[in-house]
Amino acid sequence: MGKEKPKIAFYWCASCGGCDESFLDLAEDILDLVEKIDIVFWPVALDYKRKDLEALPDQSILMTMINGSLRTSEQEEMALLLRRKSKILIAYGTCAHLGGIPSLANQFEREKILEYLYKSAPSVVNKENVLPKIQYDEKGHKVTLPEFRNVVRSLDQVVDVDYYLPGCSPPPKLLKKAFSLLLSQELPSKGSVLAPDIALCYECPRIESKPKDLSIAEFKRLHHTQPAPEKCFLAQGIACIGPATRGGCEARCIQGNMPCTGCFGPTSRVRDQGAKILSALASSVKAKSEEDIDRALSGIPDPVGSFYRYGLAKSLLRVKRIESNNSVESKNNGVEK
Amino acid sequence: MNSKKWEPRIVAFFCNWCTYRAADLAGISRMKYAPNVRIIRVMCTGRIDPQFILNAFSKGADGVLIGGCHPGDCHYVEGNYKALRRFRLLSRMLKDMGIEEGRLRLEWISASEGEKVQWAVNNMLEKVRGMGPLDLPDHFKEWDKEMEMVKPELSEKVVRNG
Repeated sequence: MGKEKPKIAFYWCASCGGCDESFLDLAEDILDLVEKIDIVFWPVALDYKRKDLEALPDQSILMTMINGSLRTSEQEEMALLLRRKSKILIAYGTCAHLGGIPSLANQFEREKILEYLYKSAPSVVNKENVLPKIQYDEKGHKVTLPEFRNVVRSLDQVVDVDYYLPGCSPPPKLLKKAFSLLLSQELPSKGSVLAPDIALCYECPRIESKPKDLSIAEFKRLHHTQPAPEKCFLAQGIACIGPATRGGCEARCIQGNMPCTGCFGPTSRVRDQGAKILSALASSVKAKSEEDIDRALSGIPDPVGSFYRYGLAKSLLRVKRIESNNSVESKNNGVEK
Repeated sequence: MNSKKWEPRIVAFFCNWCTYRAADLAGISRMKYAPNVRIIRVMCTGRIDPQFILNAFSKGADGVLIGGCHPGDCHYVEGNYKALRRFRLLSRMLKDMGIEEGRLRLEWISASEGEKVQWAVNNMLEKVRGMGPLDLPDHFKEWDKEMEMVKPELSEKVVRNG
């Protein structure tokens, strides 16, 4: 027996599964990788259980990659447990990094979400008004469910995170680079996002066609227009989040003739990606009077959804303010789960 | 909220070339306006990054007032138009995030309009007082309380196994 291979773990929280799938995007490189590492925990692919993880000594896993945002108490517990067992914890993918698409639910009250999903959605038939409960007795057996939290969180809003691998999902090139960097023990400084720290525009193949002064006459919605194949989206009046988004994806969406939607999050110089792209897009409008400005901007009907598509949990405002949010505690105690 | 009576906190971003001077003029002319406003001088309203405004709200401001040069009078030609465009879209976004209209306000105030500074501050204060506290920092704390239960429980479990 040679030297013990470093242990790696993967876990998913509130995610679509695309991040777990993206490990397979390494294609044949994955064979080299598993030569070098031992995967000790990976619910989507391997049959290790939570008790196996609990049995490992603390800090015995070299690196854990967690994808998905966090909404339930079980996800919080798993994140804490993995943090305890791992030397390096990586927020993998945009949901763990910034909250991702699931964090758009922060625009709605917890009770409204449960009400819709279990009662009023058109596809639901629930005559007995059954709602999930955190505890239920079935013939003397206690059945439990995790708690459903009031808000969606990114990984670093729950546990300490060492590095971030951005993207929805992270491209194989960056994943490969991250693995070789972290296995080589040449660790970057804590809190680093393992992607280039430049805006997407710098690596955009259409940058040449971006005029200095955009003076956008009006924003067009994507489904109302046929984007030209080689011209800067902003020059065509289509909202592209690229100027406020970190590069490193090699402009995958742009190459598919779709504007950037911002999944890589902001660069290190920006705190709030949505505010920054709002600033960039709005100030590039040509109009000068209030009416004309509003008309030009009416092509962006949902600024929160467009600008915080992947990052509402980590934005400065975090959650839509609803008056009854004042009484979070009373809700926690009063409503059946 | 502590037991002390709540007083609205308004953060004001005033342009160096007009509204900031108007506020100076108001002071020199001994015009009284509410002390609830914290003025931050910027070189132009075009310098006001929407991040500044969101940051002010998230750190506890109840209102944000922007004061700039009248349209056509910008020292840098177009800065106030940029501010106006951002303001229109940001106001819409704030509404979508549940922050009432009127908590963010834009006023054009030239250097000679000291009395307009007095009116804008006092009028805004009155309206924000009517809306009550925004108090985002306490909301953040309140939301995160729900996680406190998990941590002690889990560390106990882990110690038992480890």
